[in-house]
Amino acid sequence: MNHAEKAERFIADKQRTAWHDETLWFIRSKRDTAAQKLPEWEQLRNWASDIKAHTLSRLDVYLEEFERNAIANGIIVHWAKDGEEHNQIIEKILKDNQCKRLVKSKSMLTEECHLNAHLKTVGIEVIDTDLGERIVQLRDEPPSHIVLPAIHLKKKDVSDVFTEKLGATPGNEDPEYLTRLARKSLREEFLQSEVAITGVNFAIAETGGIVICTNEGNADMGVNNARVHIACMGIEKLLPKKEHLGVFIRLLTRSATGQPITIYTSHYRKPKPGKEMHLVIVDNGRTRQLASDDFRSSLKCIRCAACFNTCPVYRRSGGHSYDAVVAGPIGSILSPNYDPKKHADLPFASTLCGSCSNVCPVKIDIHDQLWKWRQTLTQQGYTPASKTLMMRVMAFMLGHRGAYAIAGKIGRWTLRQFPQLIRNRWNPWYRQREMPDAPKESFQEWFKKHQKI
Amino acid sequence: MMVTTCSFGKFGLVKKILQVKIALFIPCYIDQFYPDVAKATYFLLKKLGLSVDVPSGQTCCGQPMANSGYNHLSASCNKHFTGIFQGYDFIVSPSASCVLHIREHLSSDNYPDQAESIRKQTFELTEFMTDILKVDQLNARFPHRVGIHQGCHGLRGLHLAGMSETMLPPFSKPEQLLHLVSGIEICYPERIDECCGFGGSFCVFEEAVSVSMGESRISEHEKNQVEFITSNDMSCLMHLEGILKRKKSPVRVKHIAEILNQE
Repeated sequence: MNHAEKAERFIADKQRTAWHDETLWFIRSKRDTAAQKLPEWEQLRNWASDIKAHTLSRLDVYLEEFERNAIANGIIVHWAKDGEEHNQIIEKILKDNQCKRLVKSKSMLTEECHLNAHLKTVGIEVIDTDLGERIVQLRDEPPSHIVLPAIHLKKKDVSDVFTEKLGATPGNEDPEYLTRLARKSLREEFLQSEVAITGVNFAIAETGGIVICTNEGNADMGVNNARVHIACMGIEKLLPKKEHLGVFIRLLTRSATGQPITIYTSHYRKPKPGKEMHLVIVDNGRTRQLASDDFRSSLKCIRCAACFNTCPVYRRSGGHSYDAVVAGPIGSILSPNYDPKKHADLPFASTLCGSCSNVCPVKIDIHDQLWKWRQTLTQQGYTPASKTLMMRVMAFMLGHRGAYAIAGKIGRWTLRQFPQLIRNRWNPWYRQREMPDAPKESFQEWFKKHQKI
Repeated sequence: MMVTTCSFGKFGLVKKILQVKIALFIPCYIDQFYPDVAKATYFLLKKLGLSVDVPSGQTCCGQPMANSGYNHLSASCNKHFTGIFQGYDFIVSPSASCVLHIREHLSSDNYPDQAESIRKQTFELTEFMTDILKVDQLNARFPHRVGIHQGCHGLRGLHLAGMSETMLPPFSKPEQLLHLVSGIEICYPERIDECCGFGGSFCVFEEAVSVSMGESRISEHEKNQVEFITSNDMSCLMHLEGILKRKKSPVRVKHIAEILNQE
C-alpha cells in the first residue's frame, strides 16, 4: 500500500482524523506563540542555517577534531558505515558486558538502523524509556512522529495496552494513573540496567562532548544508573563550537513544542570514574546525501518535527501512512535516499504548500527538495507507467496549440453531452467533488470573436 | 525602465504607459473552464487604462507536468510558451501558481535567453497592480461578505502577503486591493493560510487527503458566514467549488479579478 491508500484508511475514521489534526495544529500554534516572543527569531534561523551549512561544508575536518577531543576525554569512539555495522558494534559492546536487557532513550538513528529488532534476534531486549516510545513499543508498532511517538493514540488506546502489558485496571483512562504506572515499571528497568543507550542531539567538535535534550529526564536516568553509556549519532549532528549551541537550543524546543527549552539539556563529555562511554558515529547514506547539491541541506535537520506539525497532509494522514522511520515532510526528503523504490511515493504526498520550509528552524528548503525528488524518482523510473503515459499525452497536447484547442473543445463537449463518461466513481476528482461547468466557449475562442473590445 | 514611463491620473489610475508591451497569459484550465475569470482580468486591465495583448495559441506554463515529476517532458510546452511570450515587457496572469512555476522553472533550449527574461517579467495580477501599477483607487463595488483563501504558491512562493509561520511584519497585496472595493466585507478563516489541498495532480492521486483538507477550509469559511470565497488562484477555487457544490453549500467562489472588476 502506498501513502495515498494508507492515508485513505486513516481518514476513514473522521473523528480521529479531526482530533489528530487539531492536536498537532495546537502544537504548531504553540510554536508560533513561542517564536513571536523572540524578536530575533528570523535571525536565529539564519544563524542556525549558516552554522549548519558551514559545518557540512567541512564535515571531515570537524569530525576528526571531534573524534580527537572525544578520545582525549576518555570516550571510546566507533565508526559505522551503515546500520548493520552500527548494530554489530553495539551488539559486541553488549556481549562484552554480558548485557541481556538494557534501557534506551529516544534515538531516531537506532530506529533507522532497526537496532531493537536486531538485538532481539541475538537474545537482547531493549526497553525504550521515553514514555511515548514505550507505549508504541508495548503495542509493537513504530513511532508515528519523531518528537511525539504516540501522537496517533488516544487515552483509551494507552489504557488498553497498559492493561494487557503492565497490569493496569481495565477501563482506567486517567492520564495520571497511567503515567505513574509506566513510571513505576520504567524505574525498575533503570535500576537493573547495566547499559544505557541514548541518542545525541548535538555533538561539539571543539569539546568532544555531546548534548542530549529530553523532557522526561529518561536519558539521564539511564546513563547515571548504568555502568556503560552508548551514545549513537549520525555524522550530521556536529556543531563546531560550544558557543553555537545557544542558537540551536533556543530554536529546537520552541520549534518542536513551543517550550522555551527542554526540561533536561544534558551535557556529556567524559565517562564517570569506573564507567565506560561509547560513541557510535554513523554514516548510513548520509555522505551520499552530502555529495548531492540538490539534497545536501536536508542534513541540517535537527529533528524538531515542526514540519510534521504544520504539514496539513501529515496531520490528516498520520505518521504510519508514510511507512518510513522519519515521516512527514522531512522524512519524505530523507527516506528516498535510503530506499528510492520503497519510498518513491513520499515526495508526492505533499501539495508543495511550503509551510514546512517556513517553520524549519534551520531553513531547509523542504518543499523545493520534494519537487526535486519528484523529478529524480521519475527519471529513475520509480513512477507508475500509467502516470507516465498520461503525462506524455498531456505534454504533447499542451505543447501544440492545435491539439490543445481540439482537446479542450472535445473535453468540454463531452462533459456537456455525456457527463456520465466523466462523472463516475472511477474519476477520483468526482468521488467527493463536482466537476466544474463546461462552458461552450473557451476564453480564447471568445477573444477571437471579440478582439476589437 | 518601463515603470518610469507610467503616468498616473488624478484618480490614481494609470492613464497611459508609453511603449510598454503587456501580454495576458490565461492558464489552460482558466481558458477552458473559467473564461469569465479571464474576461474579468482582461477588462480589469483595460479599466486601468492599459492596452493588453492576448497572444493567440497560448496553452500552458508546463506546471502540470513539472509538479508531477515530469519536468523533462515539458520541453515542447516550454518552447511553445517562450516562443509566444517573448518580446513583451510584462506578462500578467491571474494565476499565482502558474506565475510561480514560470518564475522558478521556465527554461527552453530553443530560446534560453528569452526564457530567462520571461521568468523575470511575468507577474501575478495583484502584484502587478500593487507593485508595478501602484493602484490605490479602483472603481469597483461588491457588497458581500467575502472570505480570503490565500493560495500557497502566491503566498509562500510569490510572497503576496505575510505568512503565518514567519515572524515578519504583516502585509497583503490582495487584501490591499480588495479594500479599494466598496461595500465589501473581508474575513479570514481561523487557520489563516492553511493549504486547501488542491496541489495539482495531488488532488486526484491523494484524493482522500485532498478533499479532507478542502473540507476543513470550507468549514472555517462557513463559520465566518461568508457568501463568497476568493483567491488569486482559480485552481484552489476549482477544488473548493467542487466540494461546495457537492455538499450543496450556498457559499460560492469568485476569483479576485472578478471582484476587482465588479461595478
